Amino acid sequence: MNIDSIKNGVVIDHIMAGKGMQLYDLLNLDSLDASVAIIKNVQSKRLGKKDIIKIDADINLDTDVIGYVDPEATVNVIKNGELVEKKSINLPKTLTNVIKCRNPRCITSTEQELDQVFNLVDEKNKIYRCIYCETQA
Amino acid sequence: MRSLIDVTELSTSELELLVKTALDIIDNPEKYAEMCHGKKLATLFFEPSTRTRLSFEAAMYELGGNVLSVTDAAASSASKGESVADTAKVVSCYADIIAMRHPKEGAAFVAAKNADVPVINAGDGGHCHPTQTLADLLTIYRNKGRFDSLTVGLCGDLKFGRTVHSLINALSRYANMKFVLISPEELKLPRYVKTQSIKQKGIPYEQTTSLEEALPNLDVLYMTRVQRERFFNEEDYLRLKDSYILTPDKMKLAKPDLCVMHPLPRVNEISVAVDKDPRAKYFEQVSNGKYMRMALILMLLGVIGE
Repeated sequence: MNIDSIKNGVVIDHIMAGKGMQLYDLLNLDSLDASVAIIKNVQSKRLGKKDIIKIDADINLDTDVIGYVDPEATVNVIKNGELVEKKSINLPKTLTNVIKCRNPRCITSTEQELDQVFNLVDEKNKIYRCIYCETQA
Repeated sequence: MRSLIDVTELSTSELELLVKTALDIIDNPEKYAEMCHGKKLATLFFEPSTRTRLSFEAAMYELGGNVLSVTDAAASSASKGESVADTAKVVSCYADIIAMRHPKEGAAFVAAKNADVPVINAGDGGHCHPTQTLADLLTIYRNKGRFDSLTVGLCGDLKFGRTVHSLINALSRYANMKFVLISPEELKLPRYVKTQSIKQKGIPYEQTTSLEEALPNLDVLYMTRVQRERFFNEEDYLRLKDSYILTPDKMKLAKPDLCVMHPLPRVNEISVAVDKDPRAKYFEQVSNGKYMRMALILMLLGVIGE
């Protein structure tokens, strides 16, 4: 399968296979007025299979969102057809307005102007809890 | 600005200061009678809880302070759509300290972030109720003289019972503890509480469905009500509410110095006949709640402590 290389934009590579769509949704790429390619189940020497997202636009992506979905993903910034930056991705300590608390008894369920904030409480098991009600994400 | 949302925000030395102060209040009430003269406590109760509100109000009056009371959310601005954050900001203009109960989990945290005065969480849904835990801890201390080396049984609704989670959290900081978790399968302690507060700290525990089997080894028995308001489904509530009932016959199995506690109100999980047993401490627990709330108000207003 051939997908054109991009001239100015961002390539999110080495996404764990199956997580590409989740990342696309959480980064709100559907609202972006530019060419975006999601390539699923690409063969990878390191991962066996991986997903890739190519974005044909010079945008700043929220690396916390990428780190939350897959801290092993890589972000390459392309300018004039050249790789100019590799962004480091880490598991973020705090997630703000990325995911919503699913506890119907949480104060955020009725007061929607509140920021949805989750803190990383267990790095090893990648567990985030709502700062208001402590429900696990 | 110091507030109290969860009991574990208090260090063990702060907890000991509160206990020491509460014991001094019990022995020398006159010494504290004017300590909050000129100060106002606002009690903001967005769901009914007469006893907690009365306890806070009695605490403030016994410290010589005054009370501003909102007992019914329907009568307050919340019914007009005001946010918890705005309510906290507004009430900060009138009161020196706020005690707040709200049905939504995290509401007190939001209030504390926005208020200009200390906020005490008087219960936020099924999440935290730190002053109940303070009452529980003082009751244990007054009857056992220590917080360590105790076998504590917790019985009833361990799944939704926030007082149980808080008490386990608070006691898990002390040495040589053992917990016995007594509940039906459907109401077992949530796994994350068990993992974080018991297993990860290497504290020995037992899980059982039999109150009779557990009773002989316990130093403290903490009974809880199966709460109707924590169920989405009436059928589940009716099926489980009578699971564990403490009776004088069962009390014969227990140690002579067992301390029986209950956050109250009870429905039928402790038979009224047990009230006469000197090991029944649940009414003492109520007055202990008031003394600990007095101590806490003094701490948050900066009268005691640093």
